[in-house]
Amino acid sequence: MQPFQSVTSKVAVLNRANVDTDQIIPKQFLKRIERTGYGKFAFFDWRYFEDGSPNPNFELNYEKYKGAEILLAGPNFGCGSSREHAPWALADYGFKVIMAPSFADIFHQNCLKNGLLPIRMKDENMKQLLKKALGNDYECTVDLEGQRVYDKDGFEFSFEVDPHWKEMLLHGRDEIAFTLLYEEKIKSYEKERVVF
Amino acid sequence: MKPKNIIEKIWDQHVVLSEEGKPDLLYIDLHLIHEVTSPQAFEGLRVKGRKVRKPQNTFATMDHNIPTKNRYQLEDEVAKKQIRALERNCHEFGIELAGLDSEDQGIVHVIGPELGLTLPGKTIVCGDSHTSTHGAFGALAFGIGTSEVEHVLATQTLWQHKPKTLKVEVNGELKYGVTAKDVILYIIGKYGVDFGTGYVIEYAGDCIRNMSMDERMTICNMSIEFGARAGLVAPDETTFEYVKGRKYAPKGEAFSQSVAYWKSLNSDEGAEYDQTIVIQGEDIAPMVTWGTNPGMVVPVDESVPSLSQAKDEKERTSFKRAYEYMGLNPGEKIDHVSVDYVFIGSCTNSRLSDLRNAAEVIKDKHVHPSVTAIVVPGSQSVKRQAEKEGLHEIFIKAGFEWRDSGCSMCLSMNNDVVPSGKRCVSTSNRNFEGRQGKGARTHLVSPAMAASAALYGHFVDIRKIKISSFTS
Repeated sequence: MQPFQSVTSKVAVLNRANVDTDQIIPKQFLKRIERTGYGKFAFFDWRYFEDGSPNPNFELNYEKYKGAEILLAGPNFGCGSSREHAPWALADYGFKVIMAPSFADIFHQNCLKNGLLPIRMKDENMKQLLKKALGNDYECTVDLEGQRVYDKDGFEFSFEVDPHWKEMLLHGRDEIAFTLLYEEKIKSYEKERVVF
Repeated sequence: MKPKNIIEKIWDQHVVLSEEGKPDLLYIDLHLIHEVTSPQAFEGLRVKGRKVRKPQNTFATMDHNIPTKNRYQLEDEVAKKQIRALERNCHEFGIELAGLDSEDQGIVHVIGPELGLTLPGKTIVCGDSHTSTHGAFGALAFGIGTSEVEHVLATQTLWQHKPKTLKVEVNGELKYGVTAKDVILYIIGKYGVDFGTGYVIEYAGDCIRNMSMDERMTICNMSIEFGARAGLVAPDETTFEYVKGRKYAPKGEAFSQSVAYWKSLNSDEGAEYDQTIVIQGEDIAPMVTWGTNPGMVVPVDESVPSLSQAKDEKERTSFKRAYEYMGLNPGEKIDHVSVDYVFIGSCTNSRLSDLRNAAEVIKDKHVHPSVTAIVVPGSQSVKRQAEKEGLHEIFIKAGFEWRDSGCSMCLSMNNDVVPSGKRCVSTSNRNFEGRQGKGARTHLVSPAMAASAALYGHFVDIRKIKISSFTS
C-alpha cells in the first residue's frame, strides 16, 4: 500500500445519496483478475453514453473537476456489494480522499486497505465545503497526520480517523506482515480453544 | 457478570488479541471463497510467498459468472479465465472446491448451510456482502473485500472493531401471502437503507422464531441492504434440526455436545443492545420496490410515492432520478405496472421452499405471453430436490425456463441479462441502477409475488389469489 500523508487538490462533487458500488464499478468489469486498471471503468454507466462518448452532464466529467484527487460525496457512499474493485477504481481514477457524511461499512474498510482515505463529514463542515467546491477553482488540503482539512481562505476543520488505520495509512504498511507479528498469539488461540 | 447478547458472546469467543488503540484481532472459523473476489488475493499471497494458513477452514465454489444453461460452455473468455484461476488457486493452495461439475456446487450462501459448513457460533466471512445470510444459524457472518480475503487466507484472522448491536424484534403473525422477503423489505423501507450501518443485528421475536431456516436466511441475507454487515438469529431447535446430518456438520456425540454449546449462545436475560426496534408482523403487506434502492418500497396495493412524501431535499432528488430511471410516475398504482421479465433465484430466494411457493402459484397456469420467466435454483442440490418433487415440470409447463444454479440475473455477470428499458420482477436483493443490465428496471418481491406477476404480466396482490397453502 502506498503511504498517505497529505494531499492538496481540487474537490470534485458527487452529491448524491446512496451511491452504490454497482455504480462505482459496474459488474461487467469484475471479471478481470488484476488489481489495477479499473480507473477507466469507474462510474462507467453514468460517465459514458452508449456510444462510448463522455456524458457531459455527469458531475465528474465537468472540466473544473478534472484532475481532482478529493471526492466530496453524499451519504451512505459505497453501499451494496463488497467488491474491492470499487476503491480500486476510485484510486486508479486518481482519488486519494473520499469525503462523505457517511459510508457503507465494507466500503469504508476497503478504502483503508488501499491507501484511500475516507473522511466522515459533520453536517456543518459538509455544508460549507460543498458550497466552496461547487464554485470554480477551489482547492483544499487534507493532512492526515494533523487530522485536518484546510484551504487558503482560512476555512479549516478537523476529522476523526481510527488511530490504527491512521498509522497503517501514514506508513503504507503491509497489513498481513503486521498481523504475522502476532503469530504466537494466533497459534496459542488455536491451541487453546475448544472447537465444536 | 453483565448479561451478554449473542453477538457479544460470539465476538468475545473469537478475540485473539485486544489491545488499546487497535481494533480486535478476530479469529475466523470459516472462509468461503468464489471466483470473482479471490483471484487478486491469491496473487497477493503468491507475490509475497505466503501460504494459506488453514486450507481446511476454507471452502470454494464458483457461482457469480457461470452460465446457467449449457454450464460447461464457457463462452465468455474473461469469465473463463476467472473460473480457471479459481481452479488453479484451489489446487495450488489445497482448498476444497465445489466446481462446476460438483454435485455440491451452488451459490456460496446456499451451499454453506446445505453442506453443514455453516454452523451456530462460528465466525464466517466471504468476499461477498450477502455473507450475512449465514447469520440465520446464529453465526457471526459478514462480507469482506479482497484485501481482507487475502488477510484471512494468510492469517485466519481479521482486525475488526467491535460492532454496535441492534435488536430487531418482529412479533405477531404474518398475514396470508406475506413472507420473510416482505418482512425484510418492510423493515428496510420503514427505517432506511443505511439505518443498520455500524451495527450487527439480532433478529428476534416470535415471528422470527416461527420461521423456517430458509425464511431466516432470507431475512439475514438482506441485512446488508439495511446497512448492517451482519445479522443473525439465535439458534434453536429449528436450527439444530436443519443442521443435523449435513455433510460437514458434527455427527453423533460431537453433535450433542455442539447443541449444548450452541444453546449457550442465546442472548442472556437482560442483555443490552445499542438500539432496539420492534415490528408487528400483522402490519406487513406483500411489498414491491418501485425505485433504485431496496428502501424505495411500497405495499403492492399502494402507489409510487409522490415527491411530497420524500423526507428531505436529498430524497426528493433521489426520487426524481428513480422515477426517470424506472419509467414510473409518482402516484402510479403498483399493480398497474406491467412487467417483461421474471427472475426467481439468488441467495435471497432460491431455496426449495421458495421454489415450492412459486410453483404453487403457477401450477396449471401459464406465464403471460409478454413475459420471459426463468427459475435459477440456488444450488444443484436444490435443483435435484425440486426435480424429485416434480417442481421443474410445473415451471416448464407454465412457460418458465428451468436453469442450473448460479447467481445469474441477480447481478447479471453471466449471460442472463435484462435488456435496457425492460422491467424485471426479481426475487433477488438489489434494485440498483444497471444491476440486472444497463438500463434494466428491477422490482424486488417475494417468490410468490414474482410468480403471480409472471402469470398476469403485471403486479398482482398475492393476497387476492387463492392458493391452498404457502409452504415454508
